[in-house]
Amino acid sequence: MRLPLSLLASVLFVAGCSRQPSSKPPAPTAYGTQIVEVSGGKQLAAVGSAPTQPVVVQVNGSDGNPVTGALVIFHGEGLHFTPEQALSDSSGQATTSPQLGFNAGDYQITAETPKKEGGSASVNLRQTALGYEATLGKAVNDQYCIRCHDSESTPERVSNLDNLSPAPHQFSDGATYNRLQDSDITNIISHGGLALSKSPQMPAYGATLKPAEIKAVLAYIRAVADPPYQTPGVKYGK
Amino acid sequence: MNSNHKPGPLRSRPTGRELATFGVVSLILLASLAIAPAKNYFSDWRHYQKSYLSLASDRQAGTLVRSFHVGIRQIWIPKLGVVDRCESCHVNLNGALVGASGQPFRKHPPIPHELDQFGCVFCHRGQGAATSVEEAHYTTEAWEQPLLPARYLDSSCGQCHLGTLEGTPRLNQGRRLLSTKGCVHCHAVTQPDGNTLKPDDDPPLLTHIAEKTTRQWIYAWIKDPQAYASSATMPNFQLSDQDAADISAFLIAQSTPSGAAKNAPLSSPAQAPPADATAAATLYGSSFCASCHAVQNAAGNLVGGDFGPELTRVGNKVNPDWLQAWLRDPGQYEPGTRMPHYRFDEKQISLLSGFLLAKKDSDFKTDASLPPATPDSIAHGKRLVTESGCAACHQINGVSPPQNFAPDLSRVGSRALAQIVFAPGMKHNLPDYIAAKIHDPRSFGPGLKMPKFSLGDDQVVALTTALLAQTDRASGLPRDLLIPAERTSNYHPGGNAGKLMEELRCQSCHAINGRGGDMAPDLTWEGTAVQRAWLQEFLANPNTLRPALIRRMPRFNLNPAEIKTISDYVLSAYQQPVATMPALDPHTLGADAASRGKQLFYSKYGCQACHIADYKTDKGYVGPALVSVGNRLTPEWMYQWLKNPNALRPGTIMPNPNLKDDEARDLTAFLMTLKAQQKGGAK
Repeated sequence: MRLPLSLLASVLFVAGCSRQPSSKPPAPTAYGTQIVEVSGGKQLAAVGSAPTQPVVVQVNGSDGNPVTGALVIFHGEGLHFTPEQALSDSSGQATTSPQLGFNAGDYQITAETPKKEGGSASVNLRQTALGYEATLGKAVNDQYCIRCHDSESTPERVSNLDNLSPAPHQFSDGATYNRLQDSDITNIISHGGLALSKSPQMPAYGATLKPAEIKAVLAYIRAVADPPYQTPGVKYGK
Repeated sequence: MNSNHKPGPLRSRPTGRELATFGVVSLILLASLAIAPAKNYFSDWRHYQKSYLSLASDRQAGTLVRSFHVGIRQIWIPKLGVVDRCESCHVNLNGALVGASGQPFRKHPPIPHELDQFGCVFCHRGQGAATSVEEAHYTTEAWEQPLLPARYLDSSCGQCHLGTLEGTPRLNQGRRLLSTKGCVHCHAVTQPDGNTLKPDDDPPLLTHIAEKTTRQWIYAWIKDPQAYASSATMPNFQLSDQDAADISAFLIAQSTPSGAAKNAPLSSPAQAPPADATAAATLYGSSFCASCHAVQNAAGNLVGGDFGPELTRVGNKVNPDWLQAWLRDPGQYEPGTRMPHYRFDEKQISLLSGFLLAKKDSDFKTDASLPPATPDSIAHGKRLVTESGCAACHQINGVSPPQNFAPDLSRVGSRALAQIVFAPGMKHNLPDYIAAKIHDPRSFGPGLKMPKFSLGDDQVVALTTALLAQTDRASGLPRDLLIPAERTSNYHPGGNAGKLMEELRCQSCHAINGRGGDMAPDLTWEGTAVQRAWLQEFLANPNTLRPALIRRMPRFNLNPAEIKTISDYVLSAYQQPVATMPALDPHTLGADAASRGKQLFYSKYGCQACHIADYKTDKGYVGPALVSVGNRLTPEWMYQWLKNPNALRPGTIMPNPNLKDDEARDLTAFLMTLKAQQKGGAK
């Protein structure tokens, strides 16, 4: 059983190899010296799905002007891109739609463009895949927290952040939240700001949210932190 | 001859050749007997368990290594039909070995269930009984259930959780879309508990369509609904010019006069657009038409609600007489409409209709020269309407709604791949098939009936997720595992007030006793909550309580008698049971209590973060302004509300501050002192 399977696998592998040239990168007509992000970084999406906005990068020449026809290659561990390579358009931009992998957490997109003199310029963008817990946390955030903890307003929801003094920290504010331990954040959510000598304007949610929901909000805060949150403890290599 | 010649042994010795054959056969037998142990020895799971052990000993996890038993591991849950051997390779699902990040040793991310209560394939699909990587994860000839791609994982929760579930936004969205996009008009989707999903769109009835619009508009619309309104739900049937012309001929021919035409013959001549455009726009704004209807702005974005049809090009569509009659009383034309009966006067009607008729787009052509309707074309149109299933959604004279028009999707999530006809170039798996079918049904063949709906990629994924939840496994689950959707009640208010409230379509926006919309507050206990004077003033002139809200209660121009009828009804019928609403002793709500309450409001509980008690100092923009709450709410309600808001209005975003009884009383005393200086203070 294993023999035919491995045979099949190797046949497929060989077939896969021989098909590779058909998706070979388009030939660049120009070269840039620098690549920058235009939009689509730091997005959230459910595991296995594509973020709502495409990822757009721009290739610039040494004079700082956009370069048309430069090759841009997208890659990243656990990611699938459509397309994987593209030539920059008339405004020097290349667009791709990344699909995140099965695992929750951060994914890094690298967009690379070859330079004329060899080597390449690249830019990294971060995308975050939300697992079950962070998705639940996002649902709780969207209902309760977002009105004060997000400075963005939409027609449906006007932000209350600027009305508060001291202003609440946005959940993406990793510099602040990463310094707090899990238990601190859980306590502030459960018992309110006053209980931890913070602003009384942060209400206590211990009687409103279930413990699992509070844990989920914590997971969400950790997932969206920028710079990314590092779990404490020993790190091992793979 | 020699009778004594005993027959010797048949063979005294085997020949060398026979020995060799025997030896070879024995060897083959031996070798074949060794296949099984060898397969076992070289199996994937043994390989992974070995590397797991070496990983563990590298990290000095001695206890883990000592207590580890090599062998196949299995979760067997007979009542779910689950036999899973996944953890033979995925040995670290419980995370005993900290920090193992590569598969198959990753710790399972936190979920609300215990892994050994549900197993793996219940959520992830794939082949639980398989013990090799290929067979467990991918489709093989014998085993056709591959792993479910991560983006559809929500669907697995939907096998037991039949209603809205926090934490599965995809599934919720998909189920909502099945109803709001009208999928369930044609397809039956029955959940394992026997509940059938009901449509929740509002397809207009077509029985009086000739009054409303022209044959040319119908023609243009059915050719490409999204050209008229980008947000249109109606799918594109990709009709030929001839077919569209014949259908439009039939629809005009089947039209009969509506109640509106019978009661008040449409005689008034079409009015020219009013000179006072500002007054018209103000009326459109103050009637809060935009709470339900969207209009495309100059930047191409839709602004407004999606509860009623988009009005960007309504001037291209409607007959001016019809529009005026509609604004006068929509129920006359369509008794089941969601649109309330505003009590507009004639001047307002002419202002509004002029304003709406000016919403025209010269790029949308309704001047096609159609061949005149003949009995033949009408008959052909009728046949097309019947065959295309138009009557599944729309009420049409002479065409009855088709039964079992489209395949039943109650178990589509388990459809066998062998029964599926894939389009060329498609990946052979069920999720991709369902997604492709929703995205572009006609790509499977030109003659197929299902039209192309205008759906975004995320909507296709959401719908696929909802459909993948409809599995055989789910329909075989024990009833006690199913968590049914919240049933909507069929509550209608009674009596004269009830008739009036039906006319105003209160329940289009407000839920009462379990039935109604979620655009506005639940009114089930409104009678306990508010004071009569406030309610009457509010019904006459609804000023908003929440400054930041864009969807607001419109002004219906009610007369005093109507206001009294509704107020009387609300204040007597929508009362909370007395047992749960103890009376407050008014003596405890004195000035002392109020000043303590003020202290609590500002210093301890920081209520001003979300509420405004005083416009001079407070800026909170989340909850309703409280500057005149003493005129609005009853102290009993306020007290109970402060004690536990969620018990009175489930889903409210006001957190439960977990107050002691005396704190709630002091806060109530303070809030009752907040009274408007003059009328309209709560602007």
